[in-house]
Amino acid sequence: MDFNDTPQEAEFRKEVRSWLDANAPKHLEAELKRASFGSNGLESEDPIKASKAWQKKKAEAGWACLHWPEEYGGGARSAMERVIWSQEEGPYSVLSGLFTIGHGMCGPTVMEWANEEWKERLLPPLASGEEVWCQLFSEPASGSDLAGLRTKAVKADDGSGDWIINGQKIWTSGAQNSDWGLLITRTDPDVPKHKGLTMFFLRMDSPGVKVVPIKQANGASGFNEVYFDDVRIPDDQRLGDVGNGWKVSLTTLMNERLSIGSGMSTGFPELFKFCMDMEIDGEAATANSGVRSKLAQFAVKQSGLKYTGMRAISALSKGETPGPENSIGKLVAGATMQELAMYALDLQGEAGVVWDEDSPQNGRFQAMLMRSPATRIEGGSDEILRNIIGERVLGLPGDIRVDKDVPFKEIPTSGKAKA
Amino acid sequence: MNLDFSDEQKQLRDQVRRFLKGNCPPAAVRAILEGADQYDAKLYQGLADLGVLGAAIPEEYGGVGLGHLELCVVAEELGRVLAPVPVASTVYLGAECLMQAGSEEQKQEWLPKISAGEAIGCWAINEGSGRMQPSKVALSFDGKTVSGAKAPITDGEIADFAIVLAKEGGELSLCLVDLSGKGVTRETLDSIDPTRGQAKLTFDGTPATRIGSAGDGWHIATQVMDRAAILIGFEQLGGADRALEIGRDYALERMAFGRQIGSFQAIKHMLADMYVSATLARSNCYYGAWALSSSAAELPIAAATARVSATNAFQHCAKNNIQVHGGMGFTWAFDCHLYYRRSNALALAIGSLSTWESLLIERMSAGNVEAAA
Repeated sequence: MDFNDTPQEAEFRKEVRSWLDANAPKHLEAELKRASFGSNGLESEDPIKASKAWQKKKAEAGWACLHWPEEYGGGARSAMERVIWSQEEGPYSVLSGLFTIGHGMCGPTVMEWANEEWKERLLPPLASGEEVWCQLFSEPASGSDLAGLRTKAVKADDGSGDWIINGQKIWTSGAQNSDWGLLITRTDPDVPKHKGLTMFFLRMDSPGVKVVPIKQANGASGFNEVYFDDVRIPDDQRLGDVGNGWKVSLTTLMNERLSIGSGMSTGFPELFKFCMDMEIDGEAATANSGVRSKLAQFAVKQSGLKYTGMRAISALSKGETPGPENSIGKLVAGATMQELAMYALDLQGEAGVVWDEDSPQNGRFQAMLMRSPATRIEGGSDEILRNIIGERVLGLPGDIRVDKDVPFKEIPTSGKAKA
Repeated sequence: MNLDFSDEQKQLRDQVRRFLKGNCPPAAVRAILEGADQYDAKLYQGLADLGVLGAAIPEEYGGVGLGHLELCVVAEELGRVLAPVPVASTVYLGAECLMQAGSEEQKQEWLPKISAGEAIGCWAINEGSGRMQPSKVALSFDGKTVSGAKAPITDGEIADFAIVLAKEGGELSLCLVDLSGKGVTRETLDSIDPTRGQAKLTFDGTPATRIGSAGDGWHIATQVMDRAAILIGFEQLGGADRALEIGRDYALERMAFGRQIGSFQAIKHMLADMYVSATLARSNCYYGAWALSSSAAELPIAAATARVSATNAFQHCAKNNIQVHGGMGFTWAFDCHLYYRRSNALALAIGSLSTWESLLIERMSAGNVEAAA
């Protein structure tokens, strides 16, 4: 066991470092390092412009979308080289947040399902950051049960072959900054729910598309609702066959879980620093036995996630496929962050209720407290993740699905509370 | 980066697993639980013959001269089957202590016997209830003999030698005691896990030799326990994984309300959480294995990390394995309680969970904030 690079890895790391050293936007480094929760922390520059500028620079030098083929604007690098790049890019990777969904999910779906002409049109500007994509999947009435979605696509009656879209999507990150959207719709309500879906992509400035920011429980607005009112999409922008949308969506969702080595934060380093700097009863908080027990439990989760990531990287380095252990990442990180935030406020005593610029670490823990409920829901809720671990890793039977063979239009849509 | 065992080490794991499948079935563990024997002597000799006891002992002292990564692999397998043998007392603590701080004479006398399965050791640090700490040690060493009592001592009843923490003048020293010497009284203690024996040892003018320098006892003991914590962590990891597997298998077999109980989310999610605990523990133990095998500066932090995480995992998996089984899990006939017993006994060995939690943060604070990242 060791934490060393192979000679080839070391060589590649050197190459990455020297390019970053000469090209990274160093004037933004300090600001980016302060980034937290959904914002890239930039104030001195427009965050969108800064993100696009950095992506373009990377693309021109061959460092964009390292996992994509070169003909579509990618770097054609190995999984291990991707890991090394992301380790070295460090704080500048915050600038890639704008493209995460496009590069990680929409791009791979287009690559698998679009025709060659569209791939050549869509993928290079996506790789270089000139065009931003969003994913239009969740709806108010279909979250974990994605296949229960109700946004309708029907053939236009003018013989054009176009599709007319009506409905509503929700929790769409970055819709307001996107040029394109990947959209899943219901084209046939008369068959069971998984069988009547069809996937499209569309311009976000198409007539009839309306993006409305959602005011979240924590007061911020990172997500949007997207409304479709008789939006017209040419049949040419359909991905996969009519009725095959569920299968296409699996490409997108599988790619969502392939983010290896991007270890999620639990907030532990910040909490530890906070405890190092504070006193309880005249001694360091870290000398208090109650504090120690709590911190130790957070510490072993943080380090467990870190070394779980390193085990996956070790497999990649040997040219093997990592095991299923990375599936625990978000489940552990989300719940830990929430508990940790509550504890950080507890240590602040009654003053923990105050959330302003004088709060410890500029109110980081208060912000964490208020943002962490979303982490436990977005991109697969804790419960869905436990189902995935239970069924795909441990081999337990799936749930009995009462709506499996029922035509979609006959599935009940509301329950009733007992009086 | 290579945070994984090598192919050769994985082959060793397979070999040890096969050996234990034949030589340490649940019936062998039950024989110790229900019988008069304190350990499975035949199994222990088999492990010696396989070269497992001397895996990390250099060849010049009769060992196999592999290394600590190999010992980690072995420990995980022993933990999986709840092997009722004194490997932790003799090898992780006894042999490690002698290799770390023993004199040439002490090493020559005991290491070959340990390797061959001819000498069993015990780690006699603890004196009575409450957290282990230097101020609690009353047993005394006068330079030639020890007098006083130690309890509870794992494998104290069957051991040939003891490593004893004693007061020498105003300081603490570590001593090596041949238990065939005069003035040794042994008393069996009942425990929550009868598959591993506990005893009280009383010394009355028993001949002893010091290990290391006078006054260095607590320091050496701490170093040895850090190393053992990683190995015991691997035993806990093996136990956690096996308890999870047993629970998973039962959830697939058992029908209720016309379905496999593993299809109910209440059961499925409980098992998923057990998998999460076991996975975190595995990754932390691998970190510990790396630190142990390379004697890294991070060893004290890695040891406490692995130990806390592995204790969490084994206790979590063992108690929820009973829960998955329902009433059947609380019968004597099912093996669930064997894992429950061992998980709770190992949680206390060489210092309880809260002791190691405290050590982890003390050590991280003494380092720097970077250690937390």
